[in-house]
Amino acid sequence: MTISHSQSLTASGGETVEPSTRKITYGAAIRQVLQEEMRRDPRIFLIGEDIGIYGGAFGITKGLLEEFGEERVRDTPISEQAIAGCAIGAALSGMLPIAEFQFSDFMTLAMDQIVNQGAKLRFMFGGKARVPVVFRAPLGSGMGFAAQHSQSLEAWFAHVPGLKVVLPSTPADTAGLLRSAIHDPNIVIFLEHKALYNQQGEVPTGDWRVPIGKADIKLEGKHLTIIALSIMVQRALAVAERLAQEGIEAEVIDPRTLRPLDEETLVDSVSKTGRVLIVQEAVLTGGFGGEIAARIAASKAFYYLDAPIMRLGGAEIPMPYQIQLEKHATPQEEDIYQAAHLLLQQKPV
Amino acid sequence: MSEQIPDLPRAQLRSMLSTMYRIRAFEEKVDELFMRGEMHGTTHLSIGQEGTAVGAVSTLRSDDYITSTHRGHGHCITKGADISLMMAELLGKETGICRGRGGSMHIADVQTGNLGANGIVAGGMPISTGVGLSMKMQGTDRVCLCIFGDGAANEGAFHESINLAATWDLPVIFLCENNQYGMSMSTRRAMRNETVAQRAAGYGIPGELVDGNDVLAVYATISAAVQRARDGHGPSLIESRTYRHKGHAKSDQNLYRSRDEIRDWQQRDPIQNFANLLISQEKLTQQEAKEDEAAAYAAVEEAYRFGLSSPDPDPETLLEGVYA
Repeated sequence: MTISHSQSLTASGGETVEPSTRKITYGAAIRQVLQEEMRRDPRIFLIGEDIGIYGGAFGITKGLLEEFGEERVRDTPISEQAIAGCAIGAALSGMLPIAEFQFSDFMTLAMDQIVNQGAKLRFMFGGKARVPVVFRAPLGSGMGFAAQHSQSLEAWFAHVPGLKVVLPSTPADTAGLLRSAIHDPNIVIFLEHKALYNQQGEVPTGDWRVPIGKADIKLEGKHLTIIALSIMVQRALAVAERLAQEGIEAEVIDPRTLRPLDEETLVDSVSKTGRVLIVQEAVLTGGFGGEIAARIAASKAFYYLDAPIMRLGGAEIPMPYQIQLEKHATPQEEDIYQAAHLLLQQKPV
Repeated sequence: MSEQIPDLPRAQLRSMLSTMYRIRAFEEKVDELFMRGEMHGTTHLSIGQEGTAVGAVSTLRSDDYITSTHRGHGHCITKGADISLMMAELLGKETGICRGRGGSMHIADVQTGNLGANGIVAGGMPISTGVGLSMKMQGTDRVCLCIFGDGAANEGAFHESINLAATWDLPVIFLCENNQYGMSMSTRRAMRNETVAQRAAGYGIPGELVDGNDVLAVYATISAAVQRARDGHGPSLIESRTYRHKGHAKSDQNLYRSRDEIRDWQQRDPIQNFANLLISQEKLTQQEAKEDEAAAYAAVEEAYRFGLSSPDPDPETLLEGVYA
């Protein structure tokens, strides 16, 4: 895999230079950005359940209590609605809160505050307020947590004007997008994949940022486009490697941000390859892949399509507990590989 | 009604009565405009509740915050909002205090510390805890007055918010403006407790019931709670019992309460009572009261004229103001 254009630093002369990097995990990348940003700006504080001495349900905030103290690493009672509202109220009055939900499923308990309050306040107040909050939460399956701890509800949030929705798939993107989210004057829903926390990768050091609203071409190719969300990006890249051995060049794109969506990058790619497979972990019906498909179908890319747009997504069931059932409920590498071949076999009429 | 007037300057007492007149005049004008079809959507009038709005909100400094309710015009006016901009907002004008994007249910005035009425019952309560936390973390002695209705006392947000504020000693004053009905649901049918205030015991904070139609009693009670919050001793839960003379909203036919009950409460009008008290104790002359009342109605007419003459929002600006 090559580092794509949007992940390179451009020197003043226009010459592209590779930034210095460090190999760390996706989870450590989050912790490092939180730490660096908290050192930089005293208005930033963390709020959530068991984020202090426990270090968070997935250990992401481990060690931050020791450095920043209880005032800025605030353990809360189990009160998701209060966590969300408290972050929003603090943001309205001059602070920069970063709230953690233990599992994104629990955000459903805070939907009034996120959707009816936070997302709309600025607009309802005639543009006279700011709500700079980052809501972090892990989504996705793969760890046997069953139906109430494994959902991918990103489409719920992407449906709401006033929110920005980000779901990174690599350590470098996680670091760069989280820093951008912290600097963003709006609510950013930052959805981490719990099965990626231990994934290693090179992360640029320094003030590394990835712009919100910019998709990334993870791999260039010409025969088909695979647009994948969150952990599906990793699976799509593995499939692309297998396809490459068969002489098939897949282009793999990670939108990274769902709202605002970088439609142009997606449309340009599909216009080039003429075939597109969209892969998400979320249940297919009402999922964000449907939005991507609709945008492509309504764009100039329509005229270049050599096959119907294809989607892969989660089965129409709550996430099962048993490990084999759980695998069958979400797209695996083999499913993506088969789908890619099916897509390539379709002939223009 | 209080018989003793606390040691407040005469000018302040007169100003409190004037604000009550202004709220009443504003609400009556809004009622009229809805009847005439000049305003659309819906609105919730606070006629009869002016004692609570003025008694509570006028205890605050201009740099303090409030969160308010769907019946929030009185809170907004007392916190210092310009009624011309409020009227323009309700008329959906670009000059409105929220550029015509919020309307009656979302009226807010960030400049004067009003973080908004709320279309969701109890929606402002979690937000108030964040404001309190913010004030505390910034090392100020500013406070947030969180106003909510009796209906909100049975929402989950009530529990989460008060528990959090109590646990963290946040400078928040929880004021339950109990007008005795959540739409048609009376508090007697909605909870086993006699009062909302007694629930304070469950959170380990002070709770007090006050006559919400007695502006001076409300002022005294909220003042003490505000001082407590400023001093770093945490939140209080105050229940101010009052009554709305008008229906819940414009669709209300008052089928759930008797005419006698409404008439009975109209006899206990907070404005009339306060004016009588000030006159009888020679803090104000009859003539001055009349002048202030007339001035309030004149100011509201002026606000209405301002709103009417203001431009509608340009559809070209439809997408503005969503993101910063």
